Amino acid sequence: MSTDSFVRIQASQGWVPVKLQELWEHRELIYFLAWRDVTIRYKQTIFGATWAIIQPFLTMVAFSIFFGQLAKIPSDGIPYPIFSYTALLPWNYFATALAKSSNSLVGSQNLISKVYFPRLILPVASVLPALLDFAIAFVVLLGMMVFYGIAPTPAMALLPVLLVVTVMCALGTGLWLSALNVEYRDVGYVVPFLTQIWMVITPVAYPSSLLDEPWRTLYGLNPMVGVIEGFRWALLGTHPPEVLIVLSAVISTLLLVSGAFYYRRAERTFADIA
Amino acid sequence: MTDVAVRVENLGKQYHIGERAHYKTVREGFSNLVAAPFARLRGRQHIPAPSKHFRSNTFWALRNVSFELKQGELLGIIGRNGAGKSTLLKILSQITEPTEGVADIRGRVRSLLEVGTGFHPELTGRENIYLNGAILGMKRAEITRKFDEIVAFAEVERFIDTPVKWYSSGMYTRLAFSVAAHLEPDVLIVDEVLAVGDIGFQQKCLGKMEEVGHQGRTVFFVSHMMHAVTRLCKRIILIDAGKLMVDGPADEVAGEYMDAIVGTGATRTWAEPTAAPGNGGVRLRSVRVRLEDGQMTDEVDMRHPVAIEMQYDVLDAGLVIIPSYQFFNKQGTCLFTSADLRRSSRQSPVGRYTSTCWIPGNLLAEGMIFTTAEIKSVDPHVVHVFEHHAVAFEVKNRIPGDLSLDSFSGDYLGMVRPVLDWTTDVASLPSDAAILA
Repeated sequence: MSTDSFVRIQASQGWVPVKLQELWEHRELIYFLAWRDVTIRYKQTIFGATWAIIQPFLTMVAFSIFFGQLAKIPSDGIPYPIFSYTALLPWNYFATALAKSSNSLVGSQNLISKVYFPRLILPVASVLPALLDFAIAFVVLLGMMVFYGIAPTPAMALLPVLLVVTVMCALGTGLWLSALNVEYRDVGYVVPFLTQIWMVITPVAYPSSLLDEPWRTLYGLNPMVGVIEGFRWALLGTHPPEVLIVLSAVISTLLLVSGAFYYRRAERTFADIA
Repeated sequence: MTDVAVRVENLGKQYHIGERAHYKTVREGFSNLVAAPFARLRGRQHIPAPSKHFRSNTFWALRNVSFELKQGELLGIIGRNGAGKSTLLKILSQITEPTEGVADIRGRVRSLLEVGTGFHPELTGRENIYLNGAILGMKRAEITRKFDEIVAFAEVERFIDTPVKWYSSGMYTRLAFSVAAHLEPDVLIVDEVLAVGDIGFQQKCLGKMEEVGHQGRTVFFVSHMMHAVTRLCKRIILIDAGKLMVDGPADEVAGEYMDAIVGTGATRTWAEPTAAPGNGGVRLRSVRVRLEDGQMTDEVDMRHPVAIEMQYDVLDAGLVIIPSYQFFNKQGTCLFTSADLRRSSRQSPVGRYTSTCWIPGNLLAEGMIFTTAEIKSVDPHVVHVFEHHAVAFEVKNRIPGDLSLDSFSGDYLGMVRPVLDWTTDVASLPSDAAILA
């Protein structure tokens, strides 16, 4: 019998530590929750995995026709379809992960009020399933690179890092919003709107080279700017985004850390309110 | 094994009530959030600013609750709905924080406040076992190891790869309970989950819970099924209006609860001799309803015999004591009286007596039976004890899930329902009757 563990239950006040070790101990639960979301989606939809391709692909087609052909938006000398598709991959991941994570708490009320587990698990698990969509859509991107005859650059090795920054950015924002969502249901209305605006101020349909300094750096405070320009640089060989990537990483980290602490602080009321 | 596993000290939980209690306005929220760090800088403890919406609308769901639980002890928690039982369990399960007080728990805690938490209808039985197991805190390897056992206990082998949305509610509940029953914590917290499924499965669950109790685990057990609580737990705490009212031996507390809160119960015990009904000659100490197997109960199957047992002290040697019972139905009609007349010819020596009256099966009609205990002596005729409605129990006809009893589904009239001998003969029709056919 393991009596080595000991819990003291009492009222906590103010800011409390983020218990990463406890989170690690519950990694299997994170896996099962993410696996559940993926499994259920495939059981409920007819097209299943195909959606991961249809969505960015059709968006890319629409963008190419209206922004690329008609509006003649520049694309840093890259064919517009692959230029926009490369940006749509991290963007779609970000938008999906953000929507899922900001709803992760409210959507799990029954769990929160009946079982104890580190509450951070919910938003963390909710940003994972979209990675599968990303991976599937990425295969199509590789096909497009072959089609357009674009050779991968050595910077492609940095893709995992860029992806991690994207996850951090989505999770960080998601932590803030999911905790706020429990108390202020306004968040449910804010998220779709926020995502829409955020996409406009992110270089998905256009290159960030349209902006001159010092505006470009200011623009780079949006952490998704560095990530998306990073993807284009690593895959398509556009200009290295240098400072934008650093900004992106720093801000995403700040979002994640502050989000985790805010979440932990708000956590104690979840079961009572939800 | 005498280590203290759980120590609860002055535990309290305050809730805000009122229409807008749950949703703060954004403005308030932000001002609190912004002010908090500054309050901290000034060295003040941060106290959440009371919102104007619920400043006065607070209540204590639980207050000043203290007790200790030794490792391996089974504690029953009883009380009315809304008394604070679930709040206590939620605090101990770390689902919600207490407002004041401390609870120390040694060992791995697992709680079972609901069966099937996290079950998803689209997933198969197999998938749900893994998901639910993980949610309840089991490791994947542990689930794999116990998988066959879980499935066998739930009796769903054939449907294990069918989505649970196609399960009958019985199968669903059995599977859900089965996963939970295979947890192996040091401290287990169980709320009202046995009140599910048919009687047969309930008995199986109860057996499983007893097994858990014998494995040296510390268990908190809340149930409205009083016989389940008294069967599992030697010790019970009674919570009412957020306060711990009584903490003591199971039979005593259960009796007190049934008596004081629900009305008349199936067990009545008088711990204080001076408070017990009686006089200098005879004192009644307890009255209980029990079954053939000795189990105390407040529910009796119509087909089975039931015993009413009274314990009393005879303090005066010269009396000829006759114990008796009167049985009443809910309408107040006396169904019959029974007395132990075999003792009426000799004097009763001083001592503690236990008199048991057996009511055979297939006699009582469905419904509540209130029992009045009387102890009198003859020659001279003195009534020493007359305890009106000392205990009550419910006679049940059709136990859910058991269709074997009979096929007659109509209501029986009458205050008793004895099973009597019948004969029915048949002969060929006489010619004058056959004309009418």
